[in-house]
Amino acid sequence: MTAALPMLELRGLSKSFELHHQHDARLKVLDSIDLSLHAGECVVLAGPSGAGKSTLLRVIYANYRISRGAVCVRHDGGWLDLAEATPHQVLDVRRRTLGYVSQFLRVIPRVPALDIVAEPLIEAGTATTEALQHAGALLHRLNVPERLWRLPPGTFSGGEQQRVNIARGLIVPRPLLLLDEPTASLDAANRAVVAELLEEARNAGSAVLGIFHDEDMRQRVATRLFPMRPLETS
Amino acid sequence: MNALLQVRKLSRHYGQRIGCQDVSFDLHPGELLCIVGESGSGKSTLLNTMAAQLAPSAGSIRYRQKNDAWLELDALSEADRRRLAREEWGFVTQNPRDGLRLNVSAGANVAERLMALGMRDYGRLREIASSWLARVEIDPLRIDDAPTSFSGGMQQRLQIARTLVTQPRLVFMDEPTAGLDVSVQARILDLLRRLVNELGLAAVMVTHDLAVARLLAARTMVMQGGCVVETGLTDQILDDPQHPYTQLLVSSVLTT
Amino acid sequence: MTPTYNFAFLDENTKRMLRRALLKAVAIPGYQVPFGSREMPLPYGWGTGGIQVTAALLGPDDVLKVIDQGADDTTNAVNIRRFFARTAGVATTERTAEASVIQTRHRIPETPLREDQILVFQVPEPEPLRTLEPREAETRTMHALADYGLMHVKLYEDIAQYGHIATSYDYPVLVDGRFLTSPSPIPKFDNPKLDHSPALMLFGAGREKRLYAIPPYTQVESLAFDDHPFEIQRWEHQCALCGSGESYLDEVVVDDCGTRMFVCSDTDYCGEHLAEAVA
Repeated sequence: MTAALPMLELRGLSKSFELHHQHDARLKVLDSIDLSLHAGECVVLAGPSGAGKSTLLRVIYANYRISRGAVCVRHDGGWLDLAEATPHQVLDVRRRTLGYVSQFLRVIPRVPALDIVAEPLIEAGTATTEALQHAGALLHRLNVPERLWRLPPGTFSGGEQQRVNIARGLIVPRPLLLLDEPTASLDAANRAVVAELLEEARNAGSAVLGIFHDEDMRQRVATRLFPMRPLETS
Repeated sequence: MNALLQVRKLSRHYGQRIGCQDVSFDLHPGELLCIVGESGSGKSTLLNTMAAQLAPSAGSIRYRQKNDAWLELDALSEADRRRLAREEWGFVTQNPRDGLRLNVSAGANVAERLMALGMRDYGRLREIASSWLARVEIDPLRIDDAPTSFSGGMQQRLQIARTLVTQPRLVFMDEPTAGLDVSVQARILDLLRRLVNELGLAAVMVTHDLAVARLLAARTMVMQGGCVVETGLTDQILDDPQHPYTQLLVSSVLTT
Repeated sequence: MTPTYNFAFLDENTKRMLRRALLKAVAIPGYQVPFGSREMPLPYGWGTGGIQVTAALLGPDDVLKVIDQGADDTTNAVNIRRFFARTAGVATTERTAEASVIQTRHRIPETPLREDQILVFQVPEPEPLRTLEPREAETRTMHALADYGLMHVKLYEDIAQYGHIATSYDYPVLVDGRFLTSPSPIPKFDNPKLDHSPALMLFGAGREKRLYAIPPYTQVESLAFDDHPFEIQRWEHQCALCGSGESYLDEVVVDDCGTRMFVCSDTDYCGEHLAEAVA
């Protein structure tokens, strides 16, 4: 493949936390990270725990504020630096361009699994019945038994919740995907399904940036590794 | 996207005392903004000032009407204020008893705003009231019961139906779930979340409960001592709070 | 006539105040005009408002009729008639057609009124919104802005509870398409008589210190729903005395066994009708 389109550019990205109530401690987690991610690529963050892998994903998603540097995202055919973007712009980027799947499902009381999965698609403008059909198909593919679809996932097992979470994260095709160990509590068969889904997304032109601790999974999905190591604490 | 409400350097003082000070923000159509902070932080003062129920001491509020014309709220006559409150806005109070008409039936409570807009077809009023009761999960068979015979949670749901029946474009909510049991709260929050999505409402909600903000609002403002100390995406504020007060607030939440 | 009182009891300055208020009331049909209600030699609730309006209107040539629930011979009517006979020396009558001023409590005479007649109502509560909205400042604002949706809440409640609009007296009206107005506690049977009446209608509430008016030939609309239109009471009976099938009937228990009869509430109308039948 020649000259794939760059989707994400990190330039001199740093992140530190200031803890006002713990003697004004200052924790530096990321220091001057540069990274570019192209369409069709799956870059896996590699490094021991404490290296700031999850923090990096959260900073890119604008869940954490950027201390210094730039997070440029290709959005609507142009570049947008999330460090400078307004909240409304960030929300729009999240709605249409940037997806994020975490390790844990944030359960909403009383909302059934099927609705949780379909919600991002409905918000993106798809008709409700069509979105629900789509959500059902995805849950089916991830082997979530149909008898669970009408139940709120609060009481589901860890693996079931994680699959609901993946379905919710992947239902809207987005050009840029951030994955924070979405397969941690899945068995081999379901991991294979996720790997397939990611490959389909990549073939459709999405760029993926993820954390996968499982060696086998990493082998299957990664096109490139991005090594990270913990910063020396001063 | 064009803003629906523009608040600029808004202040409201009570004599020497500060109610709220120098607040600025834009609210877009279909957006729910939470204002969080402890009691006395000026949240409710800000809300009431925005809703034109209190006169601002300084600053401006602009509202974009249905016909796209901007309206300066401080130049608003009482007649226009009431027209807005009746036709384009809604207000949900913390105590449902303040927002309901307790001496008339549930159905009349829901239908009142429609009658104020001139609807004069009794059968149609009944129909709409019934469907709204069902929508807020109150048995439509209770349409002729007095709200005083309802539980606190039902009263709050009735108030929500009464407010949303005219499909307002902008709703102000003052701690709509405070003072209710946790299970009742969850039901109301879910309901609000659903209705806000379905109707595409814009809303400003005051709450002291960060979990409520997380569940409902894409954006949050944190207030302390009448000033906005932090503002941004709700998940950003809760997961990476910057201001000392916000950090204290977030770290004080009990997790189960 | 008792010479120790000023003509028609009230002093001339008070009458002037009342007349100014009445002129304002006529100029703004249905609008409640505040006035300095005086202590009268009868208790509140007995017609202190009506009696002040009448006192401000009467001249030596007037002929006064006073009715209470349609009857000329009940205590309230007799007393007020005698009061003005003594303090103003005006002629009094029980005949609707002969009167120039008629003070009434809770009825409009059956005999059609003329342009040269004035009807004065005694009003206990001039504010039709009061039972729904207790704050005076709020009801005044509602009137100012013609914000009357609340009144329909009451009618809605009636239908919800009784299957029809059960309000049978003091039925709210919209005067001249503008002011929501209490017609005083007349039966809704009389409401159609308010619409485009040739006679001037004046309303006085002594305790509440308010006057209002419906000028001659003013549109008066009784509120209703599209699918529950305004209707007046109907009886299966006819008057047991005069046989009229058109008048407002009172139900009277005539013995200890619960035997009832229906008779005209308007005694003058009943008498006239009976005389015609005999002749």
